Amino acid sequence: MSVIVIATMLCMAIFAPLLAPYSPIDQTLRDKLLPPFWLEGGSTKYILGTDAFGRDILSRLIFGARVSLIVAALALTAGGGVGLVIGIVAGYTGGIVETILMRLVDAAFTFPAILFALLLAVTMGQGLGTLVIAISLLLWASFARIIRGEVLALKQRDFIALAKVRGCSELRIMLTHILPNVLSTFMVLVTLNIGVVIIAEAALSFLGAGIPPPTPTWGLMISEGRGRIAEAWWVSLIPGLAITALVLSVNLFGDWLRDRLDPRLRQL
Amino acid sequence: MGRFIARRLLQGLVLLILVATVVFFLGRLTGNPVDLMVPEDATAEDRARLIEALGLDGSLFKQYVAFIGSALQGDLGTSLRMRQPAVEVFFSRLPNTLAIIPWALLLAMLVGIPLGVVAALNRGRFLDRAAGTIAVLGIATPSFWLGIVLIFFFSVTLGLLPSGRMGGPEHYVLPAITLGAFLTAGFMRLTRSSMLEVLESEYVKLARIKGLSESAVIWKHCLRNALIPVLTLWGVFVGNLITGAIVTETVFAWPGVGRLTYEAVIYRDFPLLQAVIILKAILILSINLVVDILYAYVDPRIRFS
Repeated sequence: MSVIVIATMLCMAIFAPLLAPYSPIDQTLRDKLLPPFWLEGGSTKYILGTDAFGRDILSRLIFGARVSLIVAALALTAGGGVGLVIGIVAGYTGGIVETILMRLVDAAFTFPAILFALLLAVTMGQGLGTLVIAISLLLWASFARIIRGEVLALKQRDFIALAKVRGCSELRIMLTHILPNVLSTFMVLVTLNIGVVIIAEAALSFLGAGIPPPTPTWGLMISEGRGRIAEAWWVSLIPGLAITALVLSVNLFGDWLRDRLDPRLRQL
Repeated sequence: MGRFIARRLLQGLVLLILVATVVFFLGRLTGNPVDLMVPEDATAEDRARLIEALGLDGSLFKQYVAFIGSALQGDLGTSLRMRQPAVEVFFSRLPNTLAIIPWALLLAMLVGIPLGVVAALNRGRFLDRAAGTIAVLGIATPSFWLGIVLIFFFSVTLGLLPSGRMGGPEHYVLPAITLGAFLTAGFMRLTRSSMLEVLESEYVKLARIKGLSESAVIWKHCLRNALIPVLTLWGVFVGNLITGAIVTETVFAWPGVGRLTYEAVIYRDFPLLQAVIILKAILILSINLVVDILYAYVDPRIRFS
């Protein structure tokens, strides 16, 4: 079930221009606030209805999937990547480097990254780049902490000692011996965090700190429909359902992947 | 104990300086912060006057020292929109946020902890899976959207509860549910795993051998011990609540510091946002400090590790 939802959303994101019946941006004020087809006054012309500017909700939903998934892919690569590097370096080098890096991780855990994300949006201006940096801030610390734990265990293994005896440089050991062994954990973490990123992106868009309008994002759609909840509930509620369905699916998929690849991460 | 507190205080202080430094340099990153402060139609003369008034004509290092200096004296600048000291604005709104947080926390604990116990006692069976599904749903639902859904059902459709603003007790219901919802899942999961661990322990076996009733074993012996790790996470939860309050207060037009943060973002009120972030950091760090001290007081193992 969750695989079906994920596959559908992926298709929506990739083939958005082909699938969307209308432009997600063009306004047709004549057709504003039309309900979905199953309600009175709705028609199959706009299956999921229209918003206050007469834009087709379905088309905006389809293009919104694209934004969510692009942001997720970039933020997980950037934030997860930084966490991976810091985790490996901290775990393998030890000593003062580890102490400093792990203190930073602790600090990041205490202080909510979402506040920095809002600050970034105000100082650097809204946009894809700002959003990706902001969400990366949210991710790197948890990646670093878990990867470091893995590396600490790996360090005790014989093949690392052997590599040292054979005269491998530290960098070489980290790249060719440690990295491949933490990749499965990394992949599990990436999957488990897709949901976190999607919700963070939606929340930042909702707060006016995401990708600026008129680009359709799910968080922005919820925010735009908020004031008209009494007359046109579908504008806000439909994109929220899409978020919940997608996040639920990737989380269930992540749990399944974790149990397959790395049951030791069970407690997370 | 004194040493423990001193070390924690010092760590908190370092973190606070780190936050203030990041905030300061982020503000300067994109050029002169005056550009964020003056209206677009301001003359070059106005701009120059403001730069001088704010001490922004000195070197970056000099500005940084001045910034930290006045921050230490409780001056974090003036809100552009409200023309009031940012610190004053923050503290005038803080009581409203503190009024809602305990209810959200209470609700999350009252629902999450019993659900966790029930799930642990029925491990692998239907009730465990049902509780697990609730938790997964709670995590997957964006809380700002949940708030809007609640307003739609309880205010718009049924007309039972107010949809926003502060007021009598009925105004607290929907915001408390919205804010508490995502913590509930956390409490439930933690209680469940912690209970499972305790249920396996020797002293629980002993209690059973002694012939204590099953309910005494579970509620007195197990739950009390299982709750210790759950309560340590209060510090993390407080951070979550303070960020969760941003969207919740925005949805419900609740005049607290969360809504203030949102206003600072949409009106691009940079000095206010900067002050809000630093003050929230102080708030979170102090609460964490109190939780840590209480915890060290209760559990001597923490003090000496």
